[in-house]
Amino acid sequence: MTALNELTLAEARDGLASKQFSAREIAQAHLDAIEKARALNAYIVATPDRALKMAEVSDAKIAKGEARPLEGLPLGIKDLFATQGVHTTAGSKILEGFEPHYESNVSAQLWRDGAVMLGKLNLDEFAMGSSNETSAYGKTISPWRRQGSDTPLVPGGSSGGSAAAVAAHLCLGATATDTGGSIRQPAAFTGTVGIKPTYGRCSRWGIIAYASSLDQAGPIARTVQDCAILLGSMAGHDPRDTTSVDLPVPDFEAAISRGVKGLTIGIPKEYRVEGMPDEIQRLWDQGAEWLKEAGATIKEISLPHTPYALPAYYIVAPAEASSNLARYDGVRYGLRVPGKDIAGMYENTRAAGFGREVKRRIMIGTYVLSAGYYDAYYVRAQKIRTLIKRDFEAAYASGVDAILTPATPSAAFGIGEMASADPVEMYLNDVFTVTVNMAGLPGIAVPAGLDAQGLPLGLQLIGRPFDEETLFAAAQTIENAAGRISLPKAWWA
Amino acid sequence: MSVDEKTVRRIAHLARIAVTDEEVGPLQGELNAILAFVEQLGAVDVDGVEPMTSVMPMRMKKRADVVNDGGRARDVVANAPETEDNYFLVPKVVE
Repeated sequence: MTALNELTLAEARDGLASKQFSAREIAQAHLDAIEKARALNAYIVATPDRALKMAEVSDAKIAKGEARPLEGLPLGIKDLFATQGVHTTAGSKILEGFEPHYESNVSAQLWRDGAVMLGKLNLDEFAMGSSNETSAYGKTISPWRRQGSDTPLVPGGSSGGSAAAVAAHLCLGATATDTGGSIRQPAAFTGTVGIKPTYGRCSRWGIIAYASSLDQAGPIARTVQDCAILLGSMAGHDPRDTTSVDLPVPDFEAAISRGVKGLTIGIPKEYRVEGMPDEIQRLWDQGAEWLKEAGATIKEISLPHTPYALPAYYIVAPAEASSNLARYDGVRYGLRVPGKDIAGMYENTRAAGFGREVKRRIMIGTYVLSAGYYDAYYVRAQKIRTLIKRDFEAAYASGVDAILTPATPSAAFGIGEMASADPVEMYLNDVFTVTVNMAGLPGIAVPAGLDAQGLPLGLQLIGRPFDEETLFAAAQTIENAAGRISLPKAWWA
Repeated sequence: MSVDEKTVRRIAHLARIAVTDEEVGPLQGELNAILAFVEQLGAVDVDGVEPMTSVMPMRMKKRADVVNDGGRARDVVANAPETEDNYFLVPKVVE
């Protein structure tokens, strides 16, 4: 029999419903696995007492025939979601000791549906990074290794803890957030599935803000079906977030079996970037071939403003971050470092509490918003955002139902390999994912194969606004054709 | 556009982040690398283009003008480094 923590979320749901095992047993199996996997540093904090207590409630509900949609399913929560009474850090020293007196909307909906919390997952500080190397709580190590090598690799970021924990069977699924690629890039690096839904699909209430017009929550899980199940619980209107949309949540799980017959899939020529490895190009061609064999029409399209998305992002995101992170001033929560006066206290607190990448982005944001530069930088970037969105609208108006691209320009890299003096090197990881955030569209990353060194590679599908269902249908088609990518060996246990 | 050391110090002060003399040089290099990267946006013709103000077009939602929350001073200050009688304590600001 498969170990309980190695089941898919859907299999675990069936096993619990048919009483093959209890919620307590599957929670304990995960807690044991987490304990053995300390070397990966995927969890900032595990919450075993809470997990077992929640599992007991689930077992009682199941016994009474009152099981809720996610009853007894153990999940990990990215440590950007406020969890009541549980240390919430955003991976930053500045939030040291912060225990929210409230629960984020997304996690509250998961608990409402019966899920069990295992703990809080590591991330890049304030979700700023593509490798999980900027966390004040240490780097997360990917459970994947190159064939015949024990070089530690990054799990991607910023949702690196979420992706690593899902891949290493330390939870059945996890919450994550995506501002420029932070769900899809780590999913691609770890052979897991991750969806960033349309902006407004999930409430941002109780999620620590990075760039408010780009941030969106979504799940990472081991299969397309598991992601569909989780998004169904995470999504929904919340009056406390004015950008949360008041639309019914579709039955995402039902959409996975729709297939792609009759759909038109666009292949944007601008994504064929210079220096892209042959492996990535072949994977992309293969993905298009799989969708064609399943009955889709493949059509080359043009999204001409693609090259400007990443530079525009590095104006918009830091600008919003500099404003959002102004609240960390040593007064209301977390760290306080004294100074000669109140301004000195602010400056010392923020100098000691923020890491290097966060300081860099706050300063860029401060600069582009400062007097005399606002129009040249911020307003121009927002105009370019309009142009990027128009490119997608034109493609969809021409009959394209979804767009297929690579998820990342390469497979996972080694810890420290990108620590060059130029921060832009790291930013290029998000070149294929960031356009989607700029336009507010939904995007899913699905594993599609392994590279020559045995590391997972992913494809991305981009959809029309609020049409996550087509993404689940097309991603399931790719998963069926590619076969599930699973971890070769638990070297850490 | 690039920034000099003086500008780096000015931005740091505006952002309320203390920087040491040793940090200024490296920060200047990093900020200039990012500014050089975004320079290419100058090549885009944005004449007559409206800046994006909302990702998804939607009407601003309004709630009923009623008291729906409050009375939680204790929760609000619970995580503050220094408090007294449900007030935040800060260093003296006014003489």
